[in-house]
Amino acid sequence: MAKHKVMHGERILVIGAASAIAQEVIRTWAKQGARLFLVARDEARLKSVADDARVRGAAAVESAVLDVTEMKAQVPVLDEAWKVWDGLDGVLIAHGWLPDQGDVQDDARKVRDVIDVNATSVCEVLARISPRFEVQGRGWVAAISSVAGVRGRSSIYVYGAAKALVSHYLAGMRHRFAASTGGAVRVIDIRPGPIDTPMTAGMKMPLLADVSAVAPSIVRACARANGVVYVPGVWWAIMNILAHVPEKIWLRMKI
Amino acid sequence: MAREGLRIRAMSKSYESWGGYPRRVQKAVRLDWKDARLPVLDNGETFLPYGSGRSYGDQCLNTGGVLLDMRGLKRFVKFDTETGILVAEAGVTLAEILDITVPKGWLLPVIPGTRLITLGGAIANDVHGKNHHAKHAWGGSFGHHVRKIWLRRSDGEDMVCSPDKKPEWFAATVAGMGLTGVIVQAEIQLMPITSGSVAVRTIKQRNLEHFFDLCAEFDESHDYTVAWFDDTCMDDKVGRGIFMAGRLMNGDERGALPLRAPGGVKFAVPFSPPVAVINPLTIGGFNSAYRLLPRREHSVVPLGKFFNPLDGIGNWRGLYGPNGFVQFQCVLPKDEAASVIPALLKDAREDGHRSFLNVLKMFGERPSAGMLSFPRPGITLTLDFPFMGERTVRLLHKLEDRVIAADGALYPAKDACMRAKSFKHAYPLWQEFADFVDPAMSSDLWRRVSGLNGSSE
Repeated sequence: MAKHKVMHGERILVIGAASAIAQEVIRTWAKQGARLFLVARDEARLKSVADDARVRGAAAVESAVLDVTEMKAQVPVLDEAWKVWDGLDGVLIAHGWLPDQGDVQDDARKVRDVIDVNATSVCEVLARISPRFEVQGRGWVAAISSVAGVRGRSSIYVYGAAKALVSHYLAGMRHRFAASTGGAVRVIDIRPGPIDTPMTAGMKMPLLADVSAVAPSIVRACARANGVVYVPGVWWAIMNILAHVPEKIWLRMKI
Repeated sequence: MAREGLRIRAMSKSYESWGGYPRRVQKAVRLDWKDARLPVLDNGETFLPYGSGRSYGDQCLNTGGVLLDMRGLKRFVKFDTETGILVAEAGVTLAEILDITVPKGWLLPVIPGTRLITLGGAIANDVHGKNHHAKHAWGGSFGHHVRKIWLRRSDGEDMVCSPDKKPEWFAATVAGMGLTGVIVQAEIQLMPITSGSVAVRTIKQRNLEHFFDLCAEFDESHDYTVAWFDDTCMDDKVGRGIFMAGRLMNGDERGALPLRAPGGVKFAVPFSPPVAVINPLTIGGFNSAYRLLPRREHSVVPLGKFFNPLDGIGNWRGLYGPNGFVQFQCVLPKDEAASVIPALLKDAREDGHRSFLNVLKMFGERPSAGMLSFPRPGITLTLDFPFMGERTVRLLHKLEDRVIAADGALYPAKDACMRAKSFKHAYPLWQEFADFVDPAMSSDLWRRVSGLNGSSE
């Protein structure tokens, strides 16, 4: 793997720092000497992640407890993240919740919850940070969507719909920043295939990738991509094919 | 929102031991956070923590029960660069520790043959390296440099034990094969270093007698000593091979290398060949070729390469083919070694078993920290055999009998066949230890050698 050096002391905000993917990415950034502002719901787990990042070499680590679905609570945390090092170079939004499709699909309240966690809260954060990046004129914003968002399918469409929303939103932001910042602010849509994490534990899924195997790709994507990045890369091909399967055939597929 | 509970995973990931023998399907659950609950099992099912799976035999397996995959518990808690005291979760590997501590001038006092094992595994086996015999504070085995262990029992009890606080729990957990409870995190003391290199003397070892002489000669000046020997030589040439003595260099010595993270595995054996590349026909050739290679007497070797040369070759066990291999590691009292070692080699040779990796090390007098610790005064010998079925098991029993008759012991971390009576003879504190075993925990090896928790397979 080629080394993509984060500028020493690069200031990165991570929301959902206790997620399996975020933890692995944070380790790499820590090793590269980044300054990390970590946000998660659980105070004890957040502290574990923060301590780990410090020992692994992060130049500085700050943290704040936040349930990102509580809209009002987002504001002071984001303010603090911007204040502590006088701005931010990058933001990674990594929180999420994969429910059991059968459990949620006929329950309006649960559907709303899924969308709240996976889409609404993400877009709220994005809305709050967009103006700051636009003024700053440089940096990157990344969020983790999913291959499940590429095309609606029966086994996962509630989660997939929420992720599709995020992908669309990111695409719009990318288009906006291309004009207003000349592309100096990059917007990265990280689209994982199934990854072996506690979130997918117990679910029957083919081709589960190791989280430590995809972390380098995500670090690389945040360092230089401006667009959609599938991890592992093979999912680009798989989803492109699946996206173009004619509807008549698709409807007969058990997928 | 739903907090992830512990779910039993069907075996998409296979949990094996390092030698590939025995190979039995395992069920596993992951422990991802140190505050997470331990699995609640029913029907008298037991669980066993699983780290890197570097135990060779069945010590890291729990067939019919559940493995607790500890590798998610890989967070560092604290590292004091002034005192060299490190606190980390049990799933952190020694390689990860060294990558962080070496650049800051701190080294693990005890480094076993592979640094790809977890901190918990190192404690549970009280692993040893090449410097057990060193008479200063930094010798001995891994348990000697553990300051605190955070242990969690299946009934929810959490405790912190150390040589001073709850010392009986500490003594049971060090070399406790993971059975006294889940080691959640540990505090260890590291050793200060000023360079990233070892000055190595490589000497052609004439025979076993010469090994003892060389050990005595280098005992004071060189902390790290090990010998590799050729099993093609018999009679008065038995033990002919290479003796290596290593000494950590000072930063201001000429030729010393800078402090640098030793790094990870460099390249992997990309596949497991269908036929064992290392088999009785090829072993003789490797051995002789090695012996006749010219060797420089003095060299400077980077830390990573000196301590763990095989870690640089990922998955080297693939070279043994699909049947896997077994290791036989024993310790013998010094006055028995001269006669027993040649007898062991003769037994193996006569039975058509050739050993590729034969290693000799000297253990010092320092009393071990664990009730079931393997290191004790004497010579430790390691043999490696491609597994050839029932006849290999019979040979191992024969070797085992010789070792026990000479008041020696076998190393559980390497073992797949040792019989209960041998274990009990070599580890007289086993019964006292059994009182500390968590009622919800067990392993294939423990059931086999203790005769407890139902019959062995």
